[in-house]
Amino acid sequence: MKPRAPFLQSVWAILWKDLAAELRSRELFSGMFIFALLVIVIFNFAMELDVATRRSVTAGVLWTTFFFAGTIGLSRSMAMEKDRGSLDGLLLAPVDRAAIYFGKMLGNLLFMLLVEALILPLYSFLYNQNLFNGGLFLVILLGSLGYAAVGTLLASMSIQARTRDLLLPILLFPVLLPLVIGAVKASGGYLSGAAREEILPFLNLLLTYDVIFLSISYMLFDSVIEE
Amino acid sequence: MIEVQRLMKRFGPKVVLRGLDFSAHAGEFVALLGPNGAGKTTFLRILASLSRPTAGVVRIGGYALPQEAAAVRRTLGVVSHQTLLYGDLTAEENLLFYARLYGIEHAGQRVKEVLELVGLERRRADLVRTFSRGMQQRLSIGRALLHDPQVLLLDEPYTGLDQDASAILDQILRTVAAQGRTILLTSHDLARAEDLATRFDVLSRGRIVASAGREALHHSGLLAFYRQALEAA
Repeated sequence: MKPRAPFLQSVWAILWKDLAAELRSRELFSGMFIFALLVIVIFNFAMELDVATRRSVTAGVLWTTFFFAGTIGLSRSMAMEKDRGSLDGLLLAPVDRAAIYFGKMLGNLLFMLLVEALILPLYSFLYNQNLFNGGLFLVILLGSLGYAAVGTLLASMSIQARTRDLLLPILLFPVLLPLVIGAVKASGGYLSGAAREEILPFLNLLLTYDVIFLSISYMLFDSVIEE
Repeated sequence: MIEVQRLMKRFGPKVVLRGLDFSAHAGEFVALLGPNGAGKTTFLRILASLSRPTAGVVRIGGYALPQEAAAVRRTLGVVSHQTLLYGDLTAEENLLFYARLYGIEHAGQRVKEVLELVGLERRRADLVRTFSRGMQQRLSIGRALLHDPQVLLLDEPYTGLDQDASAILDQILRTVAAQGRTILLTSHDLARAEDLATRFDVLSRGRIVASAGREALHHSGLLAFYRQALEAA
């Protein structure tokens, strides 16, 4: 029997492939970044608010921006595999299919974190609000991980459908609701300087969401991705 | 090497494969012929473990599908009309990526050998999206051969190739067949199939309706055999 690629080697190979292809094409990242930038600029003009009110909506605007931009990334990331037929290439490899999931999920997470890293200073500049807060960074990491976990699974599910661009947000946004609540409340808490005890339940919610959806995805990906 | 018994595949109410029986021995080069919609691609996708059979027995290299799919995948190389390559990676990067997924030791050396086999060693550092269709298909064969599979499944590999590219592909397939691999090729190009294969099976409405070796076709020719098989089905 010929050797089988170790799990982590397969995950790394898929992540490396996505990064190398994206470095050349910049198709996915630039789409996500420009979309995110447009969203915060539109919000900036749409809401003629005083400084205090602006601060109160910051968490909501940020997460709306991240999730909308993330949806573009998820759609493109799986569509690129499907449209060029390379998804079959991945599925033909003798690797644990969960390795394909984790490779794609980590790529989606990385692109999302990169977009967020660029959007935060721009938001600070446009809305005149300091967002350099360790607690906020932790929430962004947990929220983005949950988003990438569930988003990669649902993007894989919808990829076989002709109406996949419509299907993904319809499937994704209802499932994201607990994550949105946790992320917005925890971010808002950190930005307004709320007590740790007030923020902790929402951090727990994010953490639980991440663990549950990573486990579900690990178990379901094999059957979801098959014809 | 390949054993299929009473294979059925249904997509909702539509039955595509209806109790198909098929076998291929080690080293055989089988051309699977049939009109559009006969079920050739569905059959190959099931053999490749990309689609689950509704019913029936499928064994490749002694491993059962879908239960031992990972072991089957190590035995198989698949080439289709889609190249399964990444346009934004170079030829070498594409092969290295797949070599890592297959856990190939000394991947760099193996990639070099395969690039030489398909005649693309000079273009190894070029992005695949700059390749002609013929070059992409040659690289796709290289990708399928990377892990030295015993069985090669070829689904319409000549689609979109010009005469020169097809002739190069013929040459590569002859080399690969001479190495003793079992090859299953679907094609609408009867002349090409007749030239390459050692056995010819005709698939119609989800079943193999005729099968003949090269010797049996000696007098009548493949076209007559194919027409008769479809008329009788």
